Amino acid sequence: MKRALRRVGLYALAAVIIAYSVFPFYYAIVSSMKHGSQLFSPALLPPHLDFSNYATVLQQGPFLRNIANSVFVAVMVVAISLFIGLTAAYALSRVQFSGRKPLLLTVLAISMFPQVAVLSGLFELVRFLGIYDRPWSLILSYLIFTLPFTVWVLTTFMRDLPKELEEAAIMDQASPWIILRRVFMPLLWPALVTTGLLAFIGSWNEFLYALTFTLSPNERTVPVAIALLSGATQFELPWGPIMAASVTVTVPVVVMVLIFQRRIVSGLTAGAVKG
Amino acid sequence: MSLTMDRLAGAGLPGLSLRASRVRTAWLFLTPMIVALVLVAGWPLLRTLWFSMTDANLKDLSTAKFIGLDNYFGEYGVLSDPDWWRAVANTLRFTVISVAIETVLGTVFALVLNADFPGRGLVRTAVLVPWAIPTIVSAKMWAWMLNDQFGVINHVLLSLRLIARPLAWTASPDLAMVSVIMVDVWKTTPFMALLILAALQMLPTDCYEAARVDGVSPIKVFFRVTLPLIRPALMVAVIFRALDALRIFDLIYVLTSSSKYTMSMSIYARQQLVDFQQVGYGSAASTVLFLMVAVCTALTIMIGRVNLEGETR
Repeated sequence: MKRALRRVGLYALAAVIIAYSVFPFYYAIVSSMKHGSQLFSPALLPPHLDFSNYATVLQQGPFLRNIANSVFVAVMVVAISLFIGLTAAYALSRVQFSGRKPLLLTVLAISMFPQVAVLSGLFELVRFLGIYDRPWSLILSYLIFTLPFTVWVLTTFMRDLPKELEEAAIMDQASPWIILRRVFMPLLWPALVTTGLLAFIGSWNEFLYALTFTLSPNERTVPVAIALLSGATQFELPWGPIMAASVTVTVPVVVMVLIFQRRIVSGLTAGAVKG
Repeated sequence: MSLTMDRLAGAGLPGLSLRASRVRTAWLFLTPMIVALVLVAGWPLLRTLWFSMTDANLKDLSTAKFIGLDNYFGEYGVLSDPDWWRAVANTLRFTVISVAIETVLGTVFALVLNADFPGRGLVRTAVLVPWAIPTIVSAKMWAWMLNDQFGVINHVLLSLRLIARPLAWTASPDLAMVSVIMVDVWKTTPFMALLILAALQMLPTDCYEAARVDGVSPIKVFFRVTLPLIRPALMVAVIFRALDALRIFDLIYVLTSSSKYTMSMSIYARQQLVDFQQVGYGSAASTVLFLMVAVCTALTIMIGRVNLEGETR
């Protein structure tokens, strides 16, 4: 009896957790299909399946361009972070040298940086390089938060691979670059997928630098575009289109996370618990 | 033999030992990372430090003049601005309250996820949803749900007769911070739950069996056995979250814009820097924030559960 009661309690709690986690996103989807006065009633089902808010958002203004910017920035950040992370992790995990520990500590410390602390210095750098108001300014600045955890997670993964692999390759006179490419990379695919996804999501969601280093509507990424989406007057926000835009940029990320959830969970916890 | 070793390390210098050439290769492989980190972190940080001691203006940074520590301690310095101290208080209040709630809720979530029941996978999937949603989108979604006239939350509270008239969640002085904390808790509890779950899953099962045989109540087991065992992992998670919460920017910026009742240190610094163009003053504010976070980080690393050597603890 007591056990059955406990069972019921557990299921009730699980149901509450699911509702709490999913409801806001569900409600955004519902709202994205409402129009005009329909928005004033908090009905939990859309009156009918109506995607015209999506059409409005995608056709009006540069929203498609913003999506393309976000994709470009995120893909470049992932590629650069993985290359730099992989080479650095090889050195940090497979070679014993003095200076390794301080270096790892520095990398860890940088991941704690408040991003606003480097804002003015980065602003100057971005201007100096002539990439202000260009996606490249974001690709450069996002490395400050993607590199530390990429290096950290890849180092943790690579450290656990057996020594014998490398020794065999050394006997075959393979160069370190070849060892990294041919021996380690195939084994590291899971870790690369994990860190790549985390870097992608981080860049896709970033707001502070995107808000500061881009100015023209055409150069913005989606978070800034959504934040600045406004209606005819300041007091009349177009909630239907805002929700449509929000759902549009969120669905790909949510789907990705759900497909790769095991990878992502292991990456998040490798960064924090194992580190 | 030595020739082979040199070739395999790509060094080609005769007489260089395998070890030395491996170390050289290591530094070569580290170069991209070091260059990138110096470029995006080290150098900008030093420049920010320098700007904080000048009267730099965003329009033309090259005319900046050195003015010592006036931006910090001067008559109109950051440290004598009541708005700055309000931002500090807001940020600390936000950090303490939201991290505390997230820890408790995260532990509950993790305990449920750790229980063995059919449908557990579904709960885990659902919990990941808030984490995956971009912060800006969460802020907008909640801003809509918290809307004073048409928001679903006011509607539900009104129909349950818990409130007499609609509440202005994001605009009123008392409720703005409550709203911010509410959204942050929703968004980051999953992260906390996953970290705690990872700790729970590493626990040995034998002490639980002993407790069950002795008929100890589950609540007692949690406080006497589970909690002490996961405390180190819990501390790491709390510190991670707290350091992250201290630099909060995007959620508050979108949810309550620049309301003084929720303005965080990051928002204050960026407003000075970009909106008011006072790069010198804004840099001083961000440097103070940086120092606060740096002290916390250094303490964390020193208390150090940070495992650098890779041997099992």
